[in-house]
Amino acid sequence: MARPIVEINGVNKIYGSNHVVKDLNLVVEEGEFLTLLGSSGCGKTTTLRMIAGFEEPTSGSIKVEGEAIEEKEPFERNVNTVFQSYALFPHKTIYDNIAYGLKMKKVPKDEIKKRVHEMMELVQLEGFEKRYPSQLSGGQKQRVAIARALINRPRVLLLDEPLGALDLKLRKQMQLELKRLQKKLNITFIYVTHDQEEALTMSDRIAIMNAGVLDQVAAPTEIYEHPATKFVATFIGETNIFDGSIRSINGESLSIQIENGDVKATGSEFAAGEFINVSVRPEKMKYALDPVEGFTLIATVKDYVYVGSVVKCIAVLPNGNELKIERLAGQPLPQLGEQIFPYWNEKDVVVIHNRDQIFYQAVDNVVLG
Amino acid sequence: MSRQGKRKTKKGIGIAFCTCVYLFLFLPILVIVVNSFNATTSKPYLTWKGFTFDWYVRLFDNGALLSSFGNTIIIAVVSTLLATMIGTLGAFGMYKYKFKGKGVIDGLLYIPVVIPEIVLGISLLSLFTNVNIPRGMLTLILAHVTFSVPFVIFNVRARLSGYDNSIEEASMDLGANRVITFFEITLPVLAPGIAGGALLAFTLSIDDVIISYFVNGQTKTYPLKVMESIKSGVAPDVNALSTLILLGTIVLVVLTQSDFLKKKKA
Repeated sequence: MARPIVEINGVNKIYGSNHVVKDLNLVVEEGEFLTLLGSSGCGKTTTLRMIAGFEEPTSGSIKVEGEAIEEKEPFERNVNTVFQSYALFPHKTIYDNIAYGLKMKKVPKDEIKKRVHEMMELVQLEGFEKRYPSQLSGGQKQRVAIARALINRPRVLLLDEPLGALDLKLRKQMQLELKRLQKKLNITFIYVTHDQEEALTMSDRIAIMNAGVLDQVAAPTEIYEHPATKFVATFIGETNIFDGSIRSINGESLSIQIENGDVKATGSEFAAGEFINVSVRPEKMKYALDPVEGFTLIATVKDYVYVGSVVKCIAVLPNGNELKIERLAGQPLPQLGEQIFPYWNEKDVVVIHNRDQIFYQAVDNVVLG
Repeated sequence: MSRQGKRKTKKGIGIAFCTCVYLFLFLPILVIVVNSFNATTSKPYLTWKGFTFDWYVRLFDNGALLSSFGNTIIIAVVSTLLATMIGTLGAFGMYKYKFKGKGVIDGLLYIPVVIPEIVLGISLLSLFTNVNIPRGMLTLILAHVTFSVPFVIFNVRARLSGYDNSIEEASMDLGANRVITFFEITLPVLAPGIAGGALLAFTLSIDDVIISYFVNGQTKTYPLKVMESIKSGVAPDVNALSTLILLGTIVLVVLTQSDFLKKKKA
C-alpha cells in the first residue's frame, strides 16, 4: 500500500453559525488522483483551501508528508493550487506567470528558463511565452495555470474545479490530459468538482461530501456499485431509490416492505424491522407481465425518453413515484400504457442503512385506479 | 427627399455641429496663443500690433510670476504624492476589510467632492487660523491633499471593483510572502487606477484657485497670480507662460498617447 501524503484528522470548519466541514477524516495516498465530489456548498472547496492554507481549520489537524501544517502560511507549504478562476497574473507574460514560483524560490535564471520551457512543452504551450493572459483562450489559460502550479514540483497539487469554465468538448479533452499528466509526473492530485461524470472518469478514488460530511471514500466502481448512503446512490449516476423496512431475513436474502409492496434484495448486517433504502440502477431494473415471486410491485408505463444509445422507460407506481428502466436502444421495452410487474435480481441492487430514519407507511393491498 | 440626400444632410449637420463644438473648445486657447505674440503695449493688450517674441523674453525677467509657477509645481507634486498614498491605502483598506461604520466613512468621502469649493476654502481657513498654522506653503499643501484624496480613492476603487482576490492567493501559494505579493502582484495590477488618481490630483492641484485663495497667506500660486494680473487685463507675459504650459502639456499628451498606442499594438 502506498504511503499517506495528506492526512486530515477530525477537521471542523465553522463560520459563525455555519458548520461547513464536519469532523472530516481523510487520508490521501502518495501518487493518487483523489476527487472531492459534492454539490455546491458541501464544503469541498473549503476543505481544499484548508489544505492550501487559505483557511484555517476551526479544530482538527492536517498533515502533509507527516508534518502538521495547519499553522503554516500558504507560502510555507509544499502544495500548489490550480484556481477555479485560473488567477493568472494579468500584468505578467505567460513566461513570467509560469516562472513566478521559481523566481520566488530564487532559482538561478538559466535553470528557470530551462524549466519554464520544459513545462510549456509539457502543457503544449510553446511559442506563447511573450503573450499576456488576456490574449489566451480559456483552455490555454487553464494550461498556464496548471504549468504555473506544477513548476515548483509540489508533492500535492490541489485543483479547484479547474475545468468548470470550459465548454464540454474541451473539458473532456482536458480531463484526459490532466489524467495523463498526473500519471506521468506521479504527483498526488486532490481535485474538487461537482461533476460526477468528471469524477468517475479521472479519479483513482472519489470522496463524496454531503453537507460538510464525508459520506464515502472509494474507487469509482465501488462507489457506483456499492454506494454507502442514499445521497451517494442518488448523486452518482441515476438510480431508483425506495424507502422501506426489512420484513424478514433469511441468510443474506432480505424480504423488504416498501410503500408500494414487497420486494427482495440481499445484504448482511441488517436487522429485521430496520429502516433501509433500496437503490436499483435503471439498467438493472427488470419487468414482467405476470407477477414475480417475492415482488408485488405494479406500475404503468407512462413515457419514453430517448438518449441516443439508450432508451429510458418511465413507469408510475400507485403512489405516484416514478420508476426508470433503461435499455440499450433496440432492446425490448414494455408498451406505452401497459401494466408491468417490476422486479430485479436480488444481487443487482444495493440495500443502504437509512440514516435519516424517514419511512413512509407501507400500504398493503393497493388497488390500481 | 431621396435617401441619399437625407443621408448627406444628416452628415452635413453632424460636421457643422462638431466644428462648432471644437471651435468653442479651442478658440479661447487660440486667442491666448496669438496674444502671446502680440506686439501691443497698451492695455487691455487685445489689438493686434504685429508679431513679437518680447513677452517671452520679459517673462523670464518676471521673477514673481516664475516663482508662483514654481510654487504651483511644488505644491502639486507634494500634494499629489501624499494624496495618492493616503487615497490608495484608503481604497485598499475599504476593499479588503469589513468594519463598523464603513458605510458612514464611505458616504463622508463624497462630502469634499460635492460641497462648494468656497465652503471648503472658508472652513480650511478658519481651521488653520484656529489651530494657528501660519498660512503659506504648508497650508496650501494640506488643503490640496484634502480635496484630492477622495478623487484618488474613487479612481483606485474603480480599479479594485474588477480585482480578483485569488491572484494574491495564487502568489502566496507559489511561495511569495505578503510583502512580496503586494509589490509583485497587487501594486502593479492596481497601478493604472493609482496613476489615474494621481493625475487627477495633480491636475486639480495645478489649477485650483478658490481654495488656494483662502489658505495661501503670502505664497502665491500661478493661478492666483493670473487672477491678480487680470484686474488690469490679461498681461501678455501671462499669455506667454500659459502658451508654454500648453506646449508642455501637448508634448506630454502626445508622448503618453503614442506610448499607449505602441503597447496596444504589441
